[in-house]
Amino acid sequence: MSDTLTMVGRCVRLSTRNIEAMMTALFLPVMLLLLFVYLFGGAIDTGTKYVTYVVPGVILLCAGWSSATTAVTVSQDMQGGIIDRFRSMDIGGVSVLSGHVAASIARNAASTVLVLGVALLVGFRPDAGPLAWLGAVGILLSFVLAITWLAAAIGLLAKTPEAASGFTFFVAFLPYPSSAFVPIDTMPGWLQGFARHQPVTPVTETVRGLLLDLPVGNNAWWALAWCGGIAAMSVILSAVLFQRRIR
Amino acid sequence: MGEPLAVEATGLAKSYGPISVLAGVDIAVPQGTVFSLLGPNGAGKTTTVRILATLLRPDRGQARVAGFDIARERRQVRRSISLTGQYAAVDELQTGEENLRMMARLAGLDRRAARRRAAELLDRFDLTGAARRRVGTYSGGMRRRLDLAASLVVQPSVIFLDEPTTGLDPRSRLAMWQVVTDLVGSGMTVFLTTQYLEEADRLADKISLIDAGRVVAEGTPAELKQRFADQRLELHLVDGSAYEEVVRRLGPRAIATNPAQLSVSTATDGTALHIRALLDEVDPDHTAVRRFAVHTATLDDVFLALTGHTATSPEKETADV
Ligand SMILES: Nc1ncnc2c1ncn2[C@@H]1O[C@H](COP(=O)(O)OP(=O)(O)OP(=O)(O)O)[C@@H](O)[C@H]1O
Ligand SMILES: [Mg+2]
Repeated sequence: MSDTLTMVGRCVRLSTRNIEAMMTALFLPVMLLLLFVYLFGGAIDTGTKYVTYVVPGVILLCAGWSSATTAVTVSQDMQGGIIDRFRSMDIGGVSVLSGHVAASIARNAASTVLVLGVALLVGFRPDAGPLAWLGAVGILLSFVLAITWLAAAIGLLAKTPEAASGFTFFVAFLPYPSSAFVPIDTMPGWLQGFARHQPVTPVTETVRGLLLDLPVGNNAWWALAWCGGIAAMSVILSAVLFQRRIR
Repeated sequence: MGEPLAVEATGLAKSYGPISVLAGVDIAVPQGTVFSLLGPNGAGKTTTVRILATLLRPDRGQARVAGFDIARERRQVRRSISLTGQYAAVDELQTGEENLRMMARLAGLDRRAARRRAAELLDRFDLTGAARRRVGTYSGGMRRRLDLAASLVVQPSVIFLDEPTTGLDPRSRLAMWQVVTDLVGSGMTVFLTTQYLEEADRLADKISLIDAGRVVAEGTPAELKQRFADQRLELHLVDGSAYEEVVRRLGPRAIATNPAQLSVSTATDGTALHIRALLDEVDPDHTAVRRFAVHTATLDDVFLALTGHTATSPEKETADV
């Protein structure tokens, strides 16, 4: 347990000093938010103010981008000599990977707070009680956990950090064909099926519903099922891959 | 029972697919001594170290390190050893001090003890001035020293150093040698790998020369030098059959055989007495040898004699840290 805390400290420190990770965590979210609100927002009719519609999507999109940092840093650790040293000190894979996952959660927490702050400045008006906020944070957290563990598994699978970064592309891409940025009815028919049945849509709908006090329906359960499933699969995959990587 | 062994390996073998990397390696290192595994690139040094440090499972063979079995008592082995791998195992984005404190915490020290230990090690390895700088700004020699310091946060009984001086300039290499010498003074067993005969000679109580996954020679530096005396008699023979005959008579003493040039060498102490005796022995009829020359053997000669290919000399090596 104390090993895990030390590893968390390590990974958080490393992220705050990694310029690329910090840009991805702090500037990219704000840029994306402003881009969507001012550049695309005018052309998209969602029935509400676009900033109100798009905030959950921007947060999820950033979580996807930031998962690349996790995949790359995990891959770098496995490639460098440091993993041999940790193992020769009997530090388990769980501790090493948990450090990366915790750092990712910290980065995402920072970017989420930043996005919400800027969104409030440019006209985002949520209508949620404390319980609804708590629920929204819980759903976002489970989404971040799920894709971070997936990224960790990708980092273990990839032969090089560059490849790891490439593999996370599809995670980062997933929010586009979902209800995150445009209503699904406006998409071509063949895409609607996919958009309705992929994890980002129920997560977006749940967060949006909770923040705007709209009915959430089954979306919360779908969101939790997706996130729980992806997280469980990725944790198991990571454990197997870690064992495999160390032969 | 003889003296207690810190490392005892028998028949270690490891293959990757069809490629055999280790083909039955035996090693015995008495406690409190320095052992050097000497070999060229790709000989299997890192593989051996990783197996002994419980990071890699051998296909065959057994080993005990610090008295514990590497397969069945991994945890105890890991508690007794420390490893400084071939490639630096420190975080470039952390400062030297942060790296050491992290390692000390992972080794089980509390916060205050970790801070104290880090300060001690920084001082001992002459890194206090750079303690608060990120490791990314360190020179190769500083990084290597920090890496070694990181493996000493707790006192291990056996320390593995995989090519601790490869890529270092001569001054940093000397500093590293001093550090290793000091370690043994404090009672540790040091298992070090190197490509440099000179390094093994300076540091090791016992050397095993490994090539292509096999131990091709072992002994104390003095024994090895005796066997591969520092003078070499080079014989040029008159024809193919004379060459065959002389090589046969020299038997295992023949080194650097070269059928194309009709030449063969053998070790000598360089005295007229010895050379005359050797010539009489291999060429009793005084017809086979056309010319001879006496050379001072270089490190490369010893390597060549033992492995059939030349060693890397420190000067030719370029920094790659
Ligand atoms: N995971 C692996 N898969 C395939 N071959 C490997 C693997 N690891 C090592 N080898 C091969 O095993 C051989 C021995 O490798 P090893 O790293 O033990 O050599 P070394 O003596 O440490 O060499 P160097 O001086 O270059 O560090 C090399 O030919 C290397 O290519
Ligand atoms: Mg090596």
